[in-house]
Amino acid sequence: MHNYTIAELVKGLQSKQFSSVELTQHFLARIRQFNDQYNAVITVTEDQALQVAQLADQRLATGSAPALCGVPLLHKDIFCTKGVRTSCGSKMLDNFIPPYNATVVENFEQTGAVMLGKTNMDEFAMGSSNETSFYGPVKNPWATDCVPGGSSGGSAAAVAGRLAPGATATDTGGSIRQPAALCGISGLKPTYGRVSRWGMIAFASSLDQAGPMARTAEDCALLLNCMASFDDKDSTCVDREVPDYSASLNKPVKGLRIGIPKEYFSEGLHPGTEAAVKKALTDLEAQGVELVEISLPNSDLSVPAYYVIAPAEASANLSRFDGVKYGYRCENPKDLQDMYCRTRSEGFGEEVQRRILIGTYCLSAGYYDAYYGKAQQVRQLIEQDFVKAFADVDLIVGPTCPSPAFKFGAKGDDPVAMYLEDIYTIATNLAGLPGMSVPCGMVEGKPVGLQIIGNYFDEARMLNLAHQFQQVTDWHTQAPEGIL
Amino acid sequence: MIIKREEIEKLATLSRISIDEKTITDVSERLSSVLNLVDQLQTANTDSVQSISRPFQVSQRLRADEITESNQRDAFQVIAPATDNGLFTVPKMID
Repeated sequence: MHNYTIAELVKGLQSKQFSSVELTQHFLARIRQFNDQYNAVITVTEDQALQVAQLADQRLATGSAPALCGVPLLHKDIFCTKGVRTSCGSKMLDNFIPPYNATVVENFEQTGAVMLGKTNMDEFAMGSSNETSFYGPVKNPWATDCVPGGSSGGSAAAVAGRLAPGATATDTGGSIRQPAALCGISGLKPTYGRVSRWGMIAFASSLDQAGPMARTAEDCALLLNCMASFDDKDSTCVDREVPDYSASLNKPVKGLRIGIPKEYFSEGLHPGTEAAVKKALTDLEAQGVELVEISLPNSDLSVPAYYVIAPAEASANLSRFDGVKYGYRCENPKDLQDMYCRTRSEGFGEEVQRRILIGTYCLSAGYYDAYYGKAQQVRQLIEQDFVKAFADVDLIVGPTCPSPAFKFGAKGDDPVAMYLEDIYTIATNLAGLPGMSVPCGMVEGKPVGLQIIGNYFDEARMLNLAHQFQQVTDWHTQAPEGIL
Repeated sequence: MIIKREEIEKLATLSRISIDEKTITDVSERLSSVLNLVDQLQTANTDSVQSISRPFQVSQRLRADEITESNQRDAFQVIAPATDNGLFTVPKMID
């Protein structure tokens, strides 16, 4: 059953080929069997899952259950789940049990989907390798000596390892697309404002966006249908009709104009990754799309701009973790300042502390204009690059990340080397555009991702192209050794 | 560019983070490395470029000034590190 896609599971559940309880038991058994190898799941909600599955079976018996009713899923541990620990991968929240659900979690609960548990992640979503988690690194199912990418590495590894057919994730600078690429699955970051951020622990509020991970574009469409909604509780959530993302998957792609940014094929791109992406472009061309070279001239400034804006917002957002109302508090503080300082230095890991310090520096008197003000102007330049490009093309396609999965510790001493891992994904977050990654090849036995960037709120067209690509390729059906 | 020790100490105070004396050199080196990366921003010509703080100029919605949340003090205090009689408690601030 673990090799079925979500679309196939929906059919199987609705035709009574199997029950939600059977399906849930099957995936819980897989988590028990394989999670020691991957460390992808950090909380398993077995009793709750089986109760919800029983209720889902009752709804399915009526013949009018929603599409995802009874489908088991995992949630990234950044989404608040009522009564279930939500750690954000941090010692700071190791004991945090939220009294409410995030809107994304609530949407899945309403539809009758079954939460199997919560997935591991880089601490507070800060990382590109899942090595910063308080709960230890996640291992890539394709090569367990390599990283799964991050920050949604637990969700990606769980889907690749068939511990769940789909999972929720979040993307601030590439945290859905990069791990999806490194783990050989499909993942989509929607337009900023498409999915509610309410109850999703904030990292950088003007960049964070939740999205789905699954093995196919078709499954991402099913999950996004449930995740995307207008939410009055998130003041940046956009009040705009949510289309049926499954409805346009089979539209012909012939005649679509696809922009290929020349800056995404320059120095630093692994030759194997480049070859796989170029082969994918040839496959798309054979389906009748028109490839057009474009330029995004300010691309090289996206990583520097991001590493001002994201830490600046993080330093403000993470000021709430002070040991007063929830989460970790240091032992025997001698006074209030000591409590704040020791709580934060004992509760946060090294990378989180580093980003708070950088953000504080960029926002401090004397540096604000030179760093934060300048970065916000550069953000405008980057956005305008895309606006100009989309005046001429329907979608933009290129590599998701510069190289396949790297070994643990390979970029440990140099934060900048790790930050450059997101060189092709960060610009879309700065511009607020949607982007996705689908598997498009293998290098040294490890997957390569193809990135598809859409215009604002054009997720349906991205999913259409991705789905049609998956009709003529089989990269998305491949599995790590020993999985099938 | 190298961040000086005094600046690291000031940042630590502003951020309410204790930095161990033994690690201060490492922290300084790594922060300096990141700031060298972000210094590339200075190469951009941003004369007459308007800054943006949110994508596609999205503006935040306003809502009616009405109370929409119920009192959940008990639920929130269950997860607090220290409470007393309905209050969140912290170390004594004033003698």
